[in-house]
Amino acid sequence: MAEPVLRLDALHKSFGGLAVTADVSLDVRPGELHAVIGPNGAGKTTLIHQVSGTLRPDAGRVVFEGRDVTALSMARRARLGLARSFQITAVLPGFSTRENVALAVQARSGTSFRFLRAAAGERALNDAAEAALAQVGLLDRAAVAAGALSHGEKRQLELAIALAQAPRLLLLDEPLAGTGAEEAERLVALLRTLKGGPAILLVEHDMQAVFALADRITVLALGRVIATGTPDAIRADAAVREAYLGEEAIG
Amino acid sequence: MQALNGLQYGVLLFLVAAGLTLVFGVMDFINLAHGVQYMLGAYLGVSLAAATGSFWWGLLLALPAALACGLVLEWLVFRHLYRRDHLAQVLATFGVILFLNQLVKAVWGSAPLHMPIPALLDGGIEIMLGLRYPVYRIAILAAGLATAAALWLLIERTRAGALVRAGASNAPMLSALGVDTGRLFMLVFACGAMLAGFAGVMAAPILSVEPGMGDTVLILAFVVIVIGGIGSIRGAFLAALIVGLVETLGRSLLPDLLRLVMTPGPARQAGAALGSMLVYLAMALILAVRPRGLFPARAG
Amino acid sequence: MRLALAVFALLAAAPWLGFGEGHSLTLLARGMILGIAALGLWLLVGGAGLVSLGHAAMLGIGAYAVVVLDDARITDALVVVPVALAAAAIFALLTGAVALRTTGVNFIMITIAFGQMAFFTASSLALYGGDDGYTLYGRNTIGGARWLQDRLVFHYTCLALLIACFLLLRMLLASRFGRVLRAAKESPLRVEAIGFNPYPYRLLAYVVAGMMAALAGVLLANATEFVAPSYLAWQRSGELLFVVILGGLGGPQGAVVGALALVLVEELLSDLTEHWRLIMGPLLVLAVLFLPRGIAGGLAGVLRRG
Repeated sequence: MAEPVLRLDALHKSFGGLAVTADVSLDVRPGELHAVIGPNGAGKTTLIHQVSGTLRPDAGRVVFEGRDVTALSMARRARLGLARSFQITAVLPGFSTRENVALAVQARSGTSFRFLRAAAGERALNDAAEAALAQVGLLDRAAVAAGALSHGEKRQLELAIALAQAPRLLLLDEPLAGTGAEEAERLVALLRTLKGGPAILLVEHDMQAVFALADRITVLALGRVIATGTPDAIRADAAVREAYLGEEAIG
Repeated sequence: MQALNGLQYGVLLFLVAAGLTLVFGVMDFINLAHGVQYMLGAYLGVSLAAATGSFWWGLLLALPAALACGLVLEWLVFRHLYRRDHLAQVLATFGVILFLNQLVKAVWGSAPLHMPIPALLDGGIEIMLGLRYPVYRIAILAAGLATAAALWLLIERTRAGALVRAGASNAPMLSALGVDTGRLFMLVFACGAMLAGFAGVMAAPILSVEPGMGDTVLILAFVVIVIGGIGSIRGAFLAALIVGLVETLGRSLLPDLLRLVMTPGPARQAGAALGSMLVYLAMALILAVRPRGLFPARAG
Repeated sequence: MRLALAVFALLAAAPWLGFGEGHSLTLLARGMILGIAALGLWLLVGGAGLVSLGHAAMLGIGAYAVVVLDDARITDALVVVPVALAAAAIFALLTGAVALRTTGVNFIMITIAFGQMAFFTASSLALYGGDDGYTLYGRNTIGGARWLQDRLVFHYTCLALLIACFLLLRMLLASRFGRVLRAAKESPLRVEAIGFNPYPYRLLAYVVAGMMAALAGVLLANATEFVAPSYLAWQRSGELLFVVILGGLGGPQGAVVGALALVLVEELLSDLTEHWRLIMGPLLVLAVLFLPRGIAGGLAGVLRRG
C-alpha cells in the first residue's frame, strides 16, 4: 500500500483537566475520502485544528506525506499542500469572489514581495482562479464582493479557495453545516466530483452525505477513536451504534 | 521617601485607571476623555473650595459636580459611540479633550491654580528616624487605599459588582441573559467619572492645576490598564502601584545611579531620558511575557 | 481617484487662487507635509489594519536628522534625505519587529512606548537644544543651490513629493504585496490558511510608513526652520491618527484630504477666536457622528452624485 498522505499518530490534547483528543490515530490514503464523524462533543473540530496547525497537540505527531509537520505553523503546512476549509466561513468580504480565489493561487505562484504590477491584472492568477470557481459552480459570481454572497455561495467559495491551493490533502470542516436540503445535495455532488483527486479528510454531521461519499469512516466519541472502517463495517459496528444511541440514525 | 511618593502617585493613578479599565472592559469603550474628567475634578475642587472657603466643602461638592459633568458628556457624546468602532471612539473623545482643555482655559485662564492644603492635613509627621513626610500625602495614600478597598468590596461582594465582573469578561452574554446593560453602563461610567474627579481634587494641592494636566495622567492610566489587564480592578491596582513607583523612583534615582559610571553632564541627560522611559520599558517587558496583562478579566 | 486629482490640481493652482503670499503658502506647505506623514500612517491603519500611535516618532527622526547634520554643517538635501530615510527605516525595522508580535490594544501601547522613548531621548539631547529645540541655520540646499529658500519652489517641491508618495501608495496597494496586506487586515486567519505569514509583509509596510513620515519630518524641519522634541510627543501621534481617521480610511486620498482639512480649518478658526478649539472639538465629534466614512468618504459621495 502506498504511503498515506496523512497519518495521525496517537494525538493527545487536553484543555484544563479535560482530554479533548485522546490517543487518536488514523491515516488518509492517496485519493481517499476519509470521513470523521461522532456525536456532539466528540472533539472533531479540535482534531481538525491540530491537523491544520491552528492548535498544537500535547502529544503525538501529525505526519503529512511522510514528513512530521507537528511543529509547523498553519501557513507553512498550507504551503506544503495542506488546504483547509472553515466551518464558519472565513472569506474576505471586501474582496471580489475572484480575488479571494486568486489570492490563494498567488500564494503558490512565486513570491508576493512584488510591488510594481497590479495583482488584479495578472492573467495567470485570474485564469487559475476562474477555473476553480467554475469547478464549484460559482463562476458567474466572480465579480461580486464576497461579502455579498449568500451563505451557501460562501461555502462554495471556501471550497474554491481550498482547491485553488492545488492541495494534496483537503481538510473540510463541516462543509454542509447550516445548508438546506437542496444546497446540501449540490455540495455533495460537487464533493463527489473531487474524489480521486486530492486526499480528503472530511468532518461532517450530515450522515447521508458521509455514507454517500466516504471511502472510509473514523468514528470519534469523547475524544477517542472507537472505530475505523468502510461505511458498511461502521454501519454494522456495535460500539458505534452505542455511541450514537439517542442521536440521529446511521445510514 | 521617594518610594512613598511613588506609592502615593500610584494610588492617584489607580483612581483614574479604575474607571478607565471598567469602562473599557465592560463597555468596550475607549474613553480618551477620562483624563479631562480628572482635570475637571481638580478645577471644580479648587473653585468650590475657594467659594466656600473650605477644602472639605470643596471636595464634597466637587464630587457630585464632576459626576454631573461626566453624565452630561455621556448623554451628549459617549452614548452615541458605544456601537461604533474603537477608532471612531478615539477620534470623538479626542474632540472632547480639545474642547474641555480649551473651555477650562477660557473659564479659568491658562495660569496654574493654587489649592491650599487643608489645615487639618498640613505639616509633616516623622515616620522614620529624622524623616519627615507630609501628612497630606499620607492622607492621599490612605484615602486611595480606602477607596480601593471599598471598590474591591463592591465588585467582589455585591450583586451589582457581580454584574460588573460578568460584564467585564463577557458583555454580550450579559445582555443576552436579559440584564439591563444600559443602566449597568451608566452605573459603571458614573463610578469611573467620580473616581477620576476625586483623584483630581485630591491631587490639586500637590500637583499643578492647569489645562492639559489630564494628558500625562491619561497616557499613564492607559499603561496601567494594559499592564494590569483590561477590565480588572485588581490588576489596575497592582499595576498603578508599579507604574507610580517606577515613574517616581526612576526619574529621581536614575540620574544619581548613572553618575556612578558617567560624568555628571551626560549622566543627567541619560538619566532623565532613561528615567522617563522606564515605565514604557517595563510595560513592553510585561506585555512580552504576559500579553493580556497581569490579571486579564476578559474570557477567551 | 477623482477626488485626489481635484485636490492636487487645486494645490498646484493655489498660488494663483489667493494663496500667493508667504503666510498662506506656509500654511499649505504644512498641510501637504502633514499629508505625507498621514499617507504613511494610512498605509498602516487603512491598508494593513495596524493602528500606530508612535508615528510622530518617525517624523521626528526625519526632522532630527536634519538637525544633527545641520549641526555638523551638512545641509545638502542629497545627503540629508537619504540619511533621514535610512535612520527611520532602521528605527522602524527594530521597533516594528518587536511591536508586530503583538496585536490590538497591545500593539497600540507598544507603539506609544517606542514613541515615548524617542521623545524622551530627543528631550534629553542638550547638544541639540533639548527641550528648547534647535533652530536651523537655513533650509537644506540641493546640490549646493539654495532653491528651497524660495517659497514657491518649496511649495511645488512639497506638492511633487506628496503626489509621488500618493502614487507610490496606490501602486503598493494594488500589487501582490498590497493584496496580502489588505487581506491580512480583513482576515489574518484566511491569509494564514492559504499559506501567507502576515508578519514580513506588515514589517515592510511599517518600514515604508516610517520612511514616509521621516520624509515629512525633513520637509517640516525645512518649513519651520526649527525642530523641537514636541514634534515627537504622543499628542502629535494622536493628531496624525486623527487626520487619517477624519479623512476617511477608504483610500489614501483620505489622508491627504484629512491633513489639508485639519490645517485649513485650524487656520480659519484660529483667525476667528483665541478659543478656536472650543469649536474644533465639537466639530471633530460631529464629524465622527455624521461622517462615518470620513471627510473623503463624504466628499466622494458628493462628487459622485454631482
